Amino acid sequence: MSAALYRTVVLIKKELVAVVKDPRSRIVLFLPVLLQSLLFGYAATFDLNEVPYALLDQDRSAASARFVAQLDGSPVFERVVDLHNANQISDVIGTKRAILVVQIPDDFERNMLSGRGAVVQVITDGRNSNTAGVAASYVAAVVERFNAAWNREHDLPDAPLRVETRAWYNPTLETRWYMIPTLIAALTMLQTLMLAALSVAREREQGTFDQLLVTPLRPGEILVGKAIPPILIGITQATIVLLIARYWFGIPFQGSLVTLYSALLLFTTACVGIGLAVSAFSLTMQQAMLYSFVLLMPMMLLSGLASAIDNMPDALQYITLANPLRYAIEMVRRIYLEGAGFDVLVHQMWPLVVIAAITLPTASWLFRHRLT
Amino acid sequence: MAEPDTVLALEARGLTKRFARDDTVVFALDDITFQARRGALTALVGPDGAGKTTLLRLAACLMRADEGSIFVLGMDAATQRQAIQDRISYMPQRFGLYEDLSVQENLDLYADLHGVSHEQRAERYARLLEMTGLGPFRTRLAGKLSGGMKQKLGLACTLVRSPELLLLDEPTVGVDPLSRRELWEIVVDLVERDGLSVVVSTSYMDEAERCSHVVVLHEGRVLTRGAPDEIKQGARGHTFIATSTIPQTARALQAALIDTPEVVDAVPRGGKVRAVIREQRPIELPNVGFESVEAGLEDGLMMLLHRQASTRSASAAMLDLAPERRNAGPEIVIDVHDAVRKFGDFIAVNRTSFSVRRGEVFGLLGPNGAGKTTTFRMLCGLLPATSGKLHVAGVDLRKARAAARQNIGYVAQKFSLYGDLTIRENLEFFAGAYGLRNARKRERVEWALENFDLREHASDAAGTLPGGFQRRLAMAAALLHEPQILFLDEPTSGADPLARREFWRRITSLAEQGTTIVVTTHFMEEAEYCDRIMIQDAGTMLALGTPEEVRAQASAGGAVVDTMEDAFIAIVELARQKAERSGAAA
Amino acid sequence: MSAESLSASEHRRGVSKQRLVALIRKEARQLVRDKSNVMVGLFLPLLLILLFGYGLSFDVRDAPVALVTEDPSPTAQNVLAGFYLSPYFAPVPLVSLNQAIDLMRAGDVDAIVYLRSDFSRNLARGDAVVQVLLHGTDPNRARALEAFAQGAIAQWSAKRIAAGEMNRAAPPITIESRQWFNEANNSRFFLVPGLVVVIMTLNGALLTSLVMAREWERGTLEALFVTPVNSTEIVIAKLVPYFVVGLGGLVLCLLSAKFLFFVPIRGSLALIVFTSMIYLLVSLGLGLLISAALKNQFLACQVALIVSFLPALMLSGFIFDLHSVPSVIRAISRVLPATYYVEALQTLFLAGNVAPLLVRDIAALSVVAVILLVAARANTRKELA
Repeated sequence: MSAALYRTVVLIKKELVAVVKDPRSRIVLFLPVLLQSLLFGYAATFDLNEVPYALLDQDRSAASARFVAQLDGSPVFERVVDLHNANQISDVIGTKRAILVVQIPDDFERNMLSGRGAVVQVITDGRNSNTAGVAASYVAAVVERFNAAWNREHDLPDAPLRVETRAWYNPTLETRWYMIPTLIAALTMLQTLMLAALSVAREREQGTFDQLLVTPLRPGEILVGKAIPPILIGITQATIVLLIARYWFGIPFQGSLVTLYSALLLFTTACVGIGLAVSAFSLTMQQAMLYSFVLLMPMMLLSGLASAIDNMPDALQYITLANPLRYAIEMVRRIYLEGAGFDVLVHQMWPLVVIAAITLPTASWLFRHRLT
Repeated sequence: MAEPDTVLALEARGLTKRFARDDTVVFALDDITFQARRGALTALVGPDGAGKTTLLRLAACLMRADEGSIFVLGMDAATQRQAIQDRISYMPQRFGLYEDLSVQENLDLYADLHGVSHEQRAERYARLLEMTGLGPFRTRLAGKLSGGMKQKLGLACTLVRSPELLLLDEPTVGVDPLSRRELWEIVVDLVERDGLSVVVSTSYMDEAERCSHVVVLHEGRVLTRGAPDEIKQGARGHTFIATSTIPQTARALQAALIDTPEVVDAVPRGGKVRAVIREQRPIELPNVGFESVEAGLEDGLMMLLHRQASTRSASAAMLDLAPERRNAGPEIVIDVHDAVRKFGDFIAVNRTSFSVRRGEVFGLLGPNGAGKTTTFRMLCGLLPATSGKLHVAGVDLRKARAAARQNIGYVAQKFSLYGDLTIRENLEFFAGAYGLRNARKRERVEWALENFDLREHASDAAGTLPGGFQRRLAMAAALLHEPQILFLDEPTSGADPLARREFWRRITSLAEQGTTIVVTTHFMEEAEYCDRIMIQDAGTMLALGTPEEVRAQASAGGAVVDTMEDAFIAIVELARQKAERSGAAA
Repeated sequence: MSAESLSASEHRRGVSKQRLVALIRKEARQLVRDKSNVMVGLFLPLLLILLFGYGLSFDVRDAPVALVTEDPSPTAQNVLAGFYLSPYFAPVPLVSLNQAIDLMRAGDVDAIVYLRSDFSRNLARGDAVVQVLLHGTDPNRARALEAFAQGAIAQWSAKRIAAGEMNRAAPPITIESRQWFNEANNSRFFLVPGLVVVIMTLNGALLTSLVMAREWERGTLEALFVTPVNSTEIVIAKLVPYFVVGLGGLVLCLLSAKFLFFVPIRGSLALIVFTSMIYLLVSLGLGLLISAALKNQFLACQVALIVSFLPALMLSGFIFDLHSVPSVIRAISRVLPATYYVEALQTLFLAGNVAPLLVRDIAALSVVAVILLVAARANTRKELA
């Protein structure tokens, strides 16, 4: 082993011991990842399993009863209240007792039997327009099934033009499938970056960095020694989330582990590069914490984690090009759900290499040139 | 309810305080009983970990005693916390000034918290600012003050109102001799003029000597207490000045003496050596003459501590470095020529030139903020010089800092090893970082554990250990790779007399084996251990030479110079007066 | 002497105005002088407002969609014309399905609309099918695109029927859907009130989580403790300046909601401010409690992030609806103060003053605020560990 390599290994060992030794930091590093992937795994979904709805049946006919039965038969709709007049709607929606009101007008059965077609009013709570849209689409699906059955029974022709949809990669369109794999990257980034950001700042604040600089360790060796431990911890965290996704939530893994881990390695390296650059720039731990936080927020928001990048204005879309999480999320999703290989992921991989190639040397330069 | 005691300021009865550390119970204080009188100065002295800080914190009602009781101004600390805190002032060892507030704002805050009225305040501020010399700096942020000024501001904040009792915890640690003298003048003045009661803990014996009552603590127990004269009594007739009849440095003679079993203590003084001998007569030593002198408090304390079986003697502190390293390379190992370092407009080090020979012990002295640490950091390659030449171990620091680093060891001013790693892990890491491997690494780590007396705590986290251990660990870590040059920045700051003896004994053996030592210190008598010293102030070199030469330079200025401290103060004050005059002329 | 000291200690039992003002002044000065506070207190809210406001959107626009038709007839082309006019789609016309599938695999298009070669023949027979293949990795987006595609085709049918070119076969039931409070279906309307919650949480918990820990770490408390100051005064003095900063953040948020993102304010502005003040006390109290209990800036900051900010983002109903989570997680979200604040703000902004709902939310927030502040006070003892 060459002298440089040996010194680097010594530093890596020390860094790992320092992190894993303190029981409090052990807890802070691994427990939140575990809890968050479980909590957010359940919470981060746009699907509705339970739609509390209110019914205003002004027709009270056999046809309306049949339609309501169809609604109630669906596992997602839960009738919480029967209304007697339209004035009650605003109260039941306003107080959030129901997120949806189905209003059946008094000419419902008559119109249906006459072939003119009946109209059902659906009123949704737009305070969360996303939820409202999803709930309304569920009603539409029930209505569609009802119509098809009705037409068959009454020997009516189907609509002349039908739309047939099929979703690839996620046939039931479950959001969980979409969200949980992204947590592999997102949860990992939070602490990997923070850990790297604190590593040099902590040594600066405690005065140990000077002690390190008077040893024969060269900046490059310090860089590698400081980078590898958070990368390893990041990959361990990612593995925890991966296991939860695969075995707890039972989301089938379509890709190859080699591809996934290569992507994760590139990603954590880029994150650690950013973290170390922040760290080398900061003079105190507090600064390092706040600066990395100010960086992390936009990185989380502009990553496609909560809402698609394609929905953003162009200016912000350009900014996302410098965000490693953007690439990581895309790669993890595509590897996990679509089984994508290296050939398709090249365009996500090289930007990460560029980010690491800029931040890591910058950090290394700052080690010696940002002095107090 | 007890009336405030009119005689006693502080009284401890069977006071006991325990701490749990890693499953074991440690006694910080074990059945302490003593009294401190009102209107007088009482000193708490004793080695590191004797329990001085814990005792003061109990008196300030910041902690609760496990057993026994402590009465402050006649009130029981267990039941009358707020009433006590309303009447005392306490200055912790690390007075937490709000560094982002100005001098005035810090004072105002404490005045408001103590409910000092505006009329009282005007009079009080004037006196405090005059006493501390902080008047011109009222708007400066506390964080921008020098170490000595911070301590004085801390004291001023503690004194914004007239307490009945003042508790000071090592108020002069890390403070230069000038500021130290000023700080004590303030305290003595308050006792004499206002009849204030003061209890102060200190590791400077000259400070304890100014107190009317001294309590010596050792490992959580009271070793003895009484007036300084009573404590000196124990060393009366045991104290001598030893003179070598052959050419020999004071340091070498001191080392020879302290290694002799009959000698309790030895320190270099004015080119000679002051020794405390177990019997009341000189010992037989070739080429050494003894002359009886008056005993000092430190001599008395050393006699006392010597009787404690658990006290290690400084002579155990030997180093055994590999002999092959002794004579290699050039004779001049540090050569500094016209070194300048600026921070913006501020000149921290101004055209400084000096050189250090192999095996020399070189002392850098100067008041807080004089530029010592900057000089140090440049020598260690931590800070590039703005201009000038620096050669360390034959290497130009501008070109090959990495190469120079293999040959130097550096001990920073504050403890700066990894606090959450154990002693052994720290040593193993630094051994590895210096490229030591396998058997050699094991051998050096064992050497460090053995010679620096660290084995007992080898698997304890370094951050949880008392200061003495940390200082030894830091020095051990810097010596693992057997450097040619060892840099030590205030290595004895806050250390007790025993630890300082031990430290200097190690330095002497290192120098004998050819290691070059560069050291800064605020203990001026420690300059006597050095072969040569340099005095810096405001970035400028004021004196350079052997301790004798520097003393001579000071007396040439017309000052009465008894000790190194006198010499130092004379030289710095003279230079400051000159600077003021030329500043006024300009 | 004894009478004087008695009155002095009498006076010291309660909260002293002089001491309180002195401490508040000190905290305020420290806050203003520390640049990193200014960064988190003012810069971060601004950044978040802009990012959330512009970056976070569930409104699909210009989604790349491959239009594949193997039927060259004008009817088939006509069906697809609607996609070119829709703001939701950025159509990519193709002639081969394989080509489209390749694009979809590469992630270059979000959906494929496919008309087979017999499309117009089938349509004439009254039984034609438009196939829509969705890229399902982002189900939310897929669902929206599905709805838009159906809409585009339904519009075309309606036109044809109106023109008498197609047989009318009215479906038995059609839905007339109305979305209250947000008719325009603009996701910003619900995201911006949520953004206020996130910023209030951040400002409060993150900044205060550092303040007590910082005093412990810098050792400034030892001298402070040996003064007549009491714990209540310390806690109140820490709260006041950060409360003001929090209100500053609130004003920034409200102004940008109104003038930058044009979110309607249908309820009472006074109630919005009042509820926000109570929530601010909640998050300040939480930060102080964490800080006082942990005494370590790094840990306090991490814990504050984990217990306040992330749950406010993920579990409060701000983005993700709580109707579909398992009951354990719903129970957790019901304990979170952010949940109530999100509900109250979305209501006050979009629905109006819905009394029963708001009373419940404000009551819940007040209870939590009191509990947290009392706990923070109890953890600030004038004693060294």
